[in-house]
Amino acid sequence: MTLEIIGVSVLWLFLFLYVIVASIDFGAGFFNAYSAFTDKQHILTNIIQRYLSPVWEVTNVFFVFFFVGIIGFFPQTAFYYGTTLLVPASLALILLAIRGSYYAFATYGAKINHRGYIYMYGLSGLLLPASLSPVLAMSEGGFIKMKGDQPYLDYWALFTSPLMWSIVVLSITAVLYISAVFLTWYANKAGDVKATDLMRKYALVWAGPAIVTATGIIFELRGHNPEHYSRILDLWWVFAISFLLFIGTVYLIWKKKNYGLAFVLLVGQFFTAFFAYGVSHYPYLLYPYLTIYDSFTNEAMAIALIIAFIAGLGLLLPSLYLLFRLFLFDKDYVKGKSDYHA
Amino acid sequence: MGFEDTALLSRILTTMTLSFHILYATIGVGVPLMILIAQWVGIKKKDDHYILLARRWARGFVITVAVGVVTGTAIGLQLSLLWPNFMQMAGNVIALPLFMEVFAFFFEAIFLGIYLYTWDRFEDQRKHLLLLIPVALGAAASSVFITMVNSFMNAPQGFDLVNGELINISPLLAMLSPAVPTKVAHVMSTAFMTSAFVLASIAALRIVQGSTHVYHKKALLMTMKLGFVFSIATALIGDFSGKYLAEYQPEKLAAAEWHFETEDEARLILFGVLDGQEPKYAIEIPYALSILAHGVPSAEVTGLNEFPEDEIPPLWIHYLFDTMVSIGMWLAFFSFVYVVAAWRKWPIITKKWFRWLTVAAGPLALIAIEAGWWFTEVGRQPWILRGYMKTSEAATTSGQVDLMIILFAGLYFILGIGTIVVLSRMYKRNPVEKELAQRQKADKGGDPE
Ligand code: HDD
Ligand code: HEM
Ligand code: HEM
Repeated sequence: MTLEIIGVSVLWLFLFLYVIVASIDFGAGFFNAYSAFTDKQHILTNIIQRYLSPVWEVTNVFFVFFFVGIIGFFPQTAFYYGTTLLVPASLALILLAIRGSYYAFATYGAKINHRGYIYMYGLSGLLLPASLSPVLAMSEGGFIKMKGDQPYLDYWALFTSPLMWSIVVLSITAVLYISAVFLTWYANKAGDVKATDLMRKYALVWAGPAIVTATGIIFELRGHNPEHYSRILDLWWVFAISFLLFIGTVYLIWKKKNYGLAFVLLVGQFFTAFFAYGVSHYPYLLYPYLTIYDSFTNEAMAIALIIAFIAGLGLLLPSLYLLFRLFLFDKDYVKGKSDYHA
Repeated sequence: MGFEDTALLSRILTTMTLSFHILYATIGVGVPLMILIAQWVGIKKKDDHYILLARRWARGFVITVAVGVVTGTAIGLQLSLLWPNFMQMAGNVIALPLFMEVFAFFFEAIFLGIYLYTWDRFEDQRKHLLLLIPVALGAAASSVFITMVNSFMNAPQGFDLVNGELINISPLLAMLSPAVPTKVAHVMSTAFMTSAFVLASIAALRIVQGSTHVYHKKALLMTMKLGFVFSIATALIGDFSGKYLAEYQPEKLAAAEWHFETEDEARLILFGVLDGQEPKYAIEIPYALSILAHGVPSAEVTGLNEFPEDEIPPLWIHYLFDTMVSIGMWLAFFSFVYVVAAWRKWPIITKKWFRWLTVAAGPLALIAIEAGWWFTEVGRQPWILRGYMKTSEAATTSGQVDLMIILFAGLYFILGIGTIVVLSRMYKRNPVEKELAQRQKADKGGDPE
């Protein structure tokens, strides 16, 4: 394994973790807003606040990890993506700020539970994946172009691209699906029958759209980036495994059996698909300008970063274990029997 | 839009975001230590007041942390969005502390979540206190790492630039630049000092507003003592920072002091206005600049005339420096008077005007933080990486920075107002008197809440 591969794998892994934990967070916000809209708020709010409030900052750090890490391992990305992403990334920042301030002002703070705020928070959960995911489309090439030696983003090409829009739709459906499956499990653990039923229904509703859009993207790629498409076809068997895992999740949810396993299968489904997608994207970070090799940092820095990563992981894993043991796997806490908030 | 223009706009946006973030970041670094001390004193003295103090501070702290996280994420991304050329180079040389900072964030965020949601979950308060240590360490570590990045910008090392190529890169050397010792120490001590005075201001405000509960008096005395200790540390380390500047960035020190001719026995100039190269209406302290720069009254201090015209920072940083130093001196003096007066039971402390001076301490410290950072950052101009890259060469070429400025200005405005409104509402709805009464009732077997 070369240093380049280690670097990109670490980043891809953390991006994957962010996709999962952030999807839970984004989707939950949306379901919360939706149930407030249909006057069923009391069903979900508790569950959502018990799980999300203690962990959202950790979720956010996964995102920070990704963008700090990519500049560290692949500094040239700063030049191409930094220059072109000013507007989309700033919008994403504003949306993240809405979410962060909702936790700060509405759940920790003075409990400002104004409906408008709940809706904004919910809506930001859908708009965020929609504003972050176009970066994946851009990495396929054709949207970031050069004027002289300066890159710029061709908004017209981007906004008229079916590929971009299918990625946006996929990200939204995936967020809702991942979130619903997780919350079904969590609500079930909390012994909250009403919430479980509701979330189970949402999980089944969103399963179909999620898988259909995911398949759709592969076909969009055929026209947009044939090279990438053919590499995806080479990896068809990984996508097949991913599909089987998907069937497993839906089956368990449908049969109301073992929601924990259902969620694990779902993580497996996204993990396989996400990695197969990443591998087929190799070696490009941005078609056709940047590969992981020509944008890589120097060797001394790469080794230093990897050592720091291993040391950091040694600190991180036990802490995360503790966090999850206290808030995810602790029966009394999940059930809301004990409230120890400062 | 021209190149220069986007550089100026990018500077405005960076300044805005950092100036906003630094207020929350400073509190984020300092307050965990204050909570730690209060809770520890409470356990030692078996005094419920201090424990409740820690608990109420912690509640407010979550809110400032959350805004700190939001604005921190903004600045983290904006550095790449607005300064892509700089980050491309920085990524090659100084990425290590930035990367390590993320782990410090993880550590802090995880344990903060645990700490907040486990009050009274343990029989033994000390176990709960232990959970706060990683929070304080994580916050301190993140400020150490980010300050290392900033130090590198001021005194770059750990690489060679040959024909535009970076070679001989040493991440460790880059991380441990000569600016690190004074900068890190000064940033940490000012964070502790500022947090202590901000908390003191809150207690003093409650007393001014008419609360007579001993709880506030205990809080005030404790924070003023801490503020005194850290303001002495700050002044001492600030003096070392001056010596660092004299050696490594003499142009910054000279600009701050309007010191044009290289000379020995240099005087220190406070405030005043500049007429050509002559300061007017200024307070002058003989020999003081030589002492600040080198520790001896006779030492020679490099003047601005030694530097090319286009490498001199703007001269108005003089006022920033003076503001910072004056506030530092004042707060050290004032907190000393307070502590002595409290100990000797002088009636002066109970005077209303004196209370109001105490209320002013926190905002003053925050102003000093802003002045200090502006001084360092503007004083580095025209360089973004001193001696290697000019700020104007580092900026993005994107044409939409002006729109983003408006967008983020709106965001920070709302977040700033929101913080104040939410914090004051939170404490007004649940005043300490009420909470103490409830706890006593609970202890006697009444209904909890
Ligand atoms: C509460 C805030 C505060 C107070 C009271 C002081 N400072 Fe300060 N100062 C800072 C907050 C600060 C800061 C915000 O932390 C800075 C900005 C960048 C840095 O490294 O620290 C800083 C920078 C800074 C620098 C520039 C370092 C550099 O550019 O590398 C010098 C020379 C001093 N300070 C000196 C002093 C002196 C002699 C003080 C006398 C009491 C003083 N400061 C009080
Ligand atoms: C250009 C400079 C800076 C960058 C890029 C930056 C970046 C960030 C980021 C990304 C976060 C959010 C982390 C999360 O998601 O949990 C954050 C929060 C934080 N930053 Fe900054 N920061 C900068 C300056 C500073 C400075 C100078 C300090 C310390 C003096 C500091 C201290 C903190 C702290 C303690 C937090 C955690 C939130 C809190 O406790 O308030 N930052 N920063
Ligand atoms: C958190 C504390 C900091 C504050 C409050 C701060 C403040 C400022 C200010 C006021 C400016 C504008 C200077 C001018 O326009 O003349 C500036 C510029 C800048 N700072 Fe800092 N700074 C901090 C730390 C850092 C750190 C740690 C970094 C690096 C990672 C950094 C990177 C920059 C950059 C890239 C610019 C733009 C170029 C420039 O105008 O100098 N700053 N900062």
